[in-house]
Amino acid sequence: MSGSANSLSRPAGAAPARSLGEGLPALLGIAALVLVAWAVPWLKFVLTIALAKGIAVLGILLLLRAGQVSFGHAMFLATGAYTVAFVAPFQTEALLLLPLAALLATLLGLAVGLFVVRYRDIFFGMLNLALSMVLYSLLEKLYEYTKGTDGIRVSVLTFAGLRPERETQEWLMFGLALLLAVLFGLLVRAYLASPMGRALAGIKTRETRLEFMGVSARRVLLFAYVLSALMGGTAGALVAMTSRHVTPQLAYWTSSGELVFIAILGGAGSALGPFLGAAAFELVRVYAAAAVADAWQMILGAVLLLVILFAPGGIWGMLAGRLRRSA
Amino acid sequence: MSASDRLGAQAEPSIEGVTRPRQQDAPLLSARGLKLAFGGVKAADGIDLDVMPGEFLAIIGPNGAGKTTFINMTTGYLRPQAGSIEYDGQPILGLSPRVLVGKGIGRSFQLPQLFTEHTVLENAALAIAARAGLWSPLVPLLRPQWRAEAMALLDRFGLAPLAEVRADALNEGARKLADIAMAVALQPRLILMDEPTSGVAAAEKMSVVETLVRVLRDAKVTAVFVEHDMEVVERFADRVAVWSQGRIAALGPPETVLKDPAVLRDVIGIEPAHSHA
Repeated sequence: MSGSANSLSRPAGAAPARSLGEGLPALLGIAALVLVAWAVPWLKFVLTIALAKGIAVLGILLLLRAGQVSFGHAMFLATGAYTVAFVAPFQTEALLLLPLAALLATLLGLAVGLFVVRYRDIFFGMLNLALSMVLYSLLEKLYEYTKGTDGIRVSVLTFAGLRPERETQEWLMFGLALLLAVLFGLLVRAYLASPMGRALAGIKTRETRLEFMGVSARRVLLFAYVLSALMGGTAGALVAMTSRHVTPQLAYWTSSGELVFIAILGGAGSALGPFLGAAAFELVRVYAAAAVADAWQMILGAVLLLVILFAPGGIWGMLAGRLRRSA
Repeated sequence: MSASDRLGAQAEPSIEGVTRPRQQDAPLLSARGLKLAFGGVKAADGIDLDVMPGEFLAIIGPNGAGKTTFINMTTGYLRPQAGSIEYDGQPILGLSPRVLVGKGIGRSFQLPQLFTEHTVLENAALAIAARAGLWSPLVPLLRPQWRAEAMALLDRFGLAPLAEVRADALNEGARKLADIAMAVALQPRLILMDEPTSGVAAAEKMSVVETLVRVLRDAKVTAVFVEHDMEVVERFADRVAVWSQGRIAALGPPETVLKDPAVLRDVIGIEPAHSHA
């Protein structure tokens, strides 16, 4: 045995797996967000939307770990948002609307997931896209209930029974989004370190081995899918409560593409990636739209191109590399 | 003559420190009349085979003879068009690989199926977690209990020094052992190994086989393995089955089968005068 060990301990290019600590960058990121929101009040809205989208992109990150790309995940975001819009006239309490929206999106995720986790790669991606477009069509065509492309105005909400002033409400939404972002970030981090999370990566590399370990790859993927739907629904509720207006555009395929775009931009190597990507995306969009109103998409495209060419690990991968080198 | 008739009734020495088990009467695995064709190619053309508890059965034969097909049928990856397979006296045909793993049938692969993004330790721990069936999304994979068990497993295979190395950075010998270690982590009673030494450097081959034979014997695991190296077969197999065009052309102890001129010439493809020492 010992002879065996000696002869085998000469791996080609072996490098011990290392993970960079995320705690300090996360704390710095939170501090920076709060500082910017305080220093530039109008950016509070932008950052709240960015945090909400970051939560949705966390779900995309889970699927990316399994090597699957969903081009239809905006359907869960839209489900959460429309749940808030539909129920708000009867129940204005934000702290009830939020879990309700998340629950409905989760149930939709379970129903859709049971079907789509049977497929992989392009089929998985396109089935998600197709189903999201069905939802988009329903939201657009059922005008009597959804007001079509006009969308639905969300009623003024209460927080723990109180109806704060606008400025306070903006801070509350920002704080709620930040809190949920932290909680979901920690949840995803713990999940990815668990056997289920590790098995998720196994779907990408060795699905056959999973089956020969007695593990259902479909169940592993389904759990991740439902969790991603939960996060998508939560994100949608936050978007609806922040923007107070929902339209079918939330479920359109370009919205799903935006989530994938943010995932690549931020990097899938860490739970911080989606939030870095979402913040960068929203800020570039806001400032690019202000500077060159007709060409902001071109600027976003150029940013993504640069990331793919020069930082394939996304913004997080770039930061992690710099921190590792300086350590 | 049945397979069990061909088996020696007494224990006999194998590699140093390892004793071949005494054979029992009831086979652990029993295949009867297995047939499977891919188009016009007969990968299994009436396979009858008994595997006795505790034995090491080597399968040899030319490429395309149907050796891997037999493993795939036994582990639920392929379903034969005719025939039956019993494991521990129970029919297992039609059961999925997942169910068969639960019944104690493990396998390793010609191309090791390791989770390449994970370390060797994580691969082993994941197999242990899979056996435990504890799929909490919040319990760390490398919690102390599983980490200790995984390290103990890797130590038995001589892989402990490589525990923190990513699986895709291992050399072929280590990859093969890690692949088998993952199957052993599931505590199988029967393991089917597809070419456990293929691709392993010649200098490492014997130490790799000695390690895995020692671990499997210690764990009282019955083994069926496809092998092309006749020296490995002669040293480590209790019996050898010679596959040819989807049929078993010869079956018996290696010292008999590997000296059969017809087997040497027609199946293994070497002239009897050049047989190994």
